[in-house]
Amino acid sequence: MKTLTGVIDHLPISGSNKTDGTSWTVKERLLLGLTVDQYLQQMRRNPLNWLLFAIFAVGLPLLLQRYIFGLGSVTHASNDYPWGLFLGFGLFGMVPLSASGFLLGTTVTLFGRKDFHPIERLALLNGLLGYFFAVVYLAVDLGMPWRLAYPMFVSLGPAAVLFLVAWHVATYLSVQIAELLPALFEWLARPAWKIYIKRITLGLTIAGIILSTLHQGALGALFNYAPNKLHPLWLSIEFQWIHFLCSAVFGGLSMVIVSSTLISTFIPWRCGRDFSENLDKLTLGMAKGASYAMITYLVIKLVALAHDNEWELLLTGWGMYYLLEIGIGVVLPMFLFAKGVRDEAVRPVRIAAFIAVVGIVWNRLNTAIVCFNYQMYQEVPHWKELWLTVTLYALYFVVYRFIVYRLPIVFEWQKSPVRQ
Amino acid sequence: MPEKTTRRTALKTGLAATIATLFLRPKAGESHQLKKYPKSMGVLVDLGRCVGCRSCEAACNAEQNLPPPERPFTDLDVFAENEHGQQRRTDENRYTVVNRYELAGQEHPLFRKVQCNHCQEPACLSSCFVNAYTKTPEGAVIYDPDVCVGCRTCMIACPFYIPAFRYSSAFSPRIQKCVFCYDTRLKFGKPPACVEACPQEALLFGQREELIKIGRRRIEENSGKYVDHIYGEYEAGGTSWLYLSPVPFDQVGFNTELPHEPILDSVKNFLGIVPMVLTIWPALFAGFHLLATRKEQPRTTSEQGEEESR
Ligand code: SF4
Ligand code: SF4
Repeated sequence: MKTLTGVIDHLPISGSNKTDGTSWTVKERLLLGLTVDQYLQQMRRNPLNWLLFAIFAVGLPLLLQRYIFGLGSVTHASNDYPWGLFLGFGLFGMVPLSASGFLLGTTVTLFGRKDFHPIERLALLNGLLGYFFAVVYLAVDLGMPWRLAYPMFVSLGPAAVLFLVAWHVATYLSVQIAELLPALFEWLARPAWKIYIKRITLGLTIAGIILSTLHQGALGALFNYAPNKLHPLWLSIEFQWIHFLCSAVFGGLSMVIVSSTLISTFIPWRCGRDFSENLDKLTLGMAKGASYAMITYLVIKLVALAHDNEWELLLTGWGMYYLLEIGIGVVLPMFLFAKGVRDEAVRPVRIAAFIAVVGIVWNRLNTAIVCFNYQMYQEVPHWKELWLTVTLYALYFVVYRFIVYRLPIVFEWQKSPVRQ
Repeated sequence: MPEKTTRRTALKTGLAATIATLFLRPKAGESHQLKKYPKSMGVLVDLGRCVGCRSCEAACNAEQNLPPPERPFTDLDVFAENEHGQQRRTDENRYTVVNRYELAGQEHPLFRKVQCNHCQEPACLSSCFVNAYTKTPEGAVIYDPDVCVGCRTCMIACPFYIPAFRYSSAFSPRIQKCVFCYDTRLKFGKPPACVEACPQEALLFGQREELIKIGRRRIEENSGKYVDHIYGEYEAGGTSWLYLSPVPFDQVGFNTELPHEPILDSVKNFLGIVPMVLTIWPALFAGFHLLATRKEQPRTTSEQGEEESR
């Protein structure tokens, strides 16, 4: 695609109309303005697509197997570890990384920081897709996915923490869709529709903050149900929800940095001027926010240790592992963020963001699987479970890329046919 | 102009959300009182009397129409089975298992029967977001497969590792666990199948309050024969199934570190903040918004216009 945009001068599609004033058809928009042949050709040329293909070739049959022969056919069917990778990674890992939508929405809409506008849509998209795929993971993991809506409409258990998660994730998903509709309307050449969304933006943003605070926290509080199963270093009854909420703040910001880095490096042809020119500045801005959140997080972690008086546990093997997780997953990226902000260098910030993203996922996996049942035995997921998890992630990647290629996420939709 | 609309919307949103919360409040803030079940039935298990004949396992299998076991119930080699260093546990095909403990200093091994303890304040029940579990006045904790979504939070929450999931089925998975023979027996005042099958009278069925008294008496009358503790009297808020043991409970596989408070207590503080966030956040953030955007007002009027027309 990069090469094609170089040779064919009407590419990429960045507005409703072609250079001659006629408008792009939906088919042309979907194919990025290429002919079918050209489209397939550029698909084949990208080695990444072959990797994705290989993942799907094994993964999709596994998915089928799961729905025909049950969860037990692709996992270890453990009764001691009821939650495996689908939830440990897909729900507990994806959701904090998707806090980006509410964070930047708040920054731009609520605090009036218009300077963050160029990256707002990317953050919203990152949030929306993250949540959507968390639900996809859930649909694979739930025993009866066809009853996904039961907690909403059929049988309500409002005193359960998961009830909050279900309701909030569902409402928040709709909030995020609403927040992103303007991008879709532009692409569909229906800018007039945007006005309805515009009117309620602030309301949506505030709803987003409430829902995010509660469900990010609730995901943590879910582990309060297992006070005697989860290792005490990873569970603090009083502070668990704050830990999860606070780490979601830097998790979400880091994920946008990672995603914007990938986009600006690998699909520069898609980036609008506003996005490209401001990206470095915005990256540093987000890094600053993330490092503050990290300090806060570390402080609350310390408070939790002191509150539960768990200092001795730090000297055990689990304690070392805990320090390793905090050291690599939080402290290291925090210093890199701080360094980057001080030197105004984006490189360390981008590296830090990548580490922080891994760190968050690591923390969630530790909480859900590694340090769960710490007095029992270690569950190692079945290879099929791992493969399926990767497959769903690949699907997430494909959808993400599909949308970024087309909708005005990192560029401005032009109404006039003239470019530049 | 647009600025004004936004500000008004801000207030409106804040208000609407606050009002909504007032209605929603009981929903999220609701928490259980530790209920007392005066009529609750229970079973007193005397580990000193159990000989490990597995009759109870067989009776349960028949009563609950569970699939036939891989090895017959008369096969006592199953006691040596061990997966991941763990002894046998309940799973989708068995609601109860008996495990053997060879202990130094005991002339014969001890046996422990495992099944749902029918907690007074069941963790499975309080963690389920579709209310699939019910604690009946008779003391049984029963389960409704027709509303279960299969999230398996109840398995995370149960401090005794009891509920098992029917992973083997794609179309009719469900939680599998002992229900105190509620539908077939308990409802009619009859003891569960396992109790009836026990040839040693190691299992005693009766009112929970009574059983505690009987247990106390047994401990006193046979001084030295039992550990001075009835397991289940207080653990995790108390359970309907109670245990007497000649050796310290941790030696026969019981978790002695369980708190006396029900599991529900550990999520209460989180559930408590929910109404707070719902009420305070909207006003708080609407306020922030007004503060943050007021400063720029005079300067950004033109920008605002642009923004709007984009
Ligand atoms: S033992 Fe476990 S499954 Fe049985 S009532 Fe208690 S929490 Fe529920
Ligand atoms: S698996 Fe079923 S019974 Fe257990 S918590 Fe989930 S919905 Fe409730």
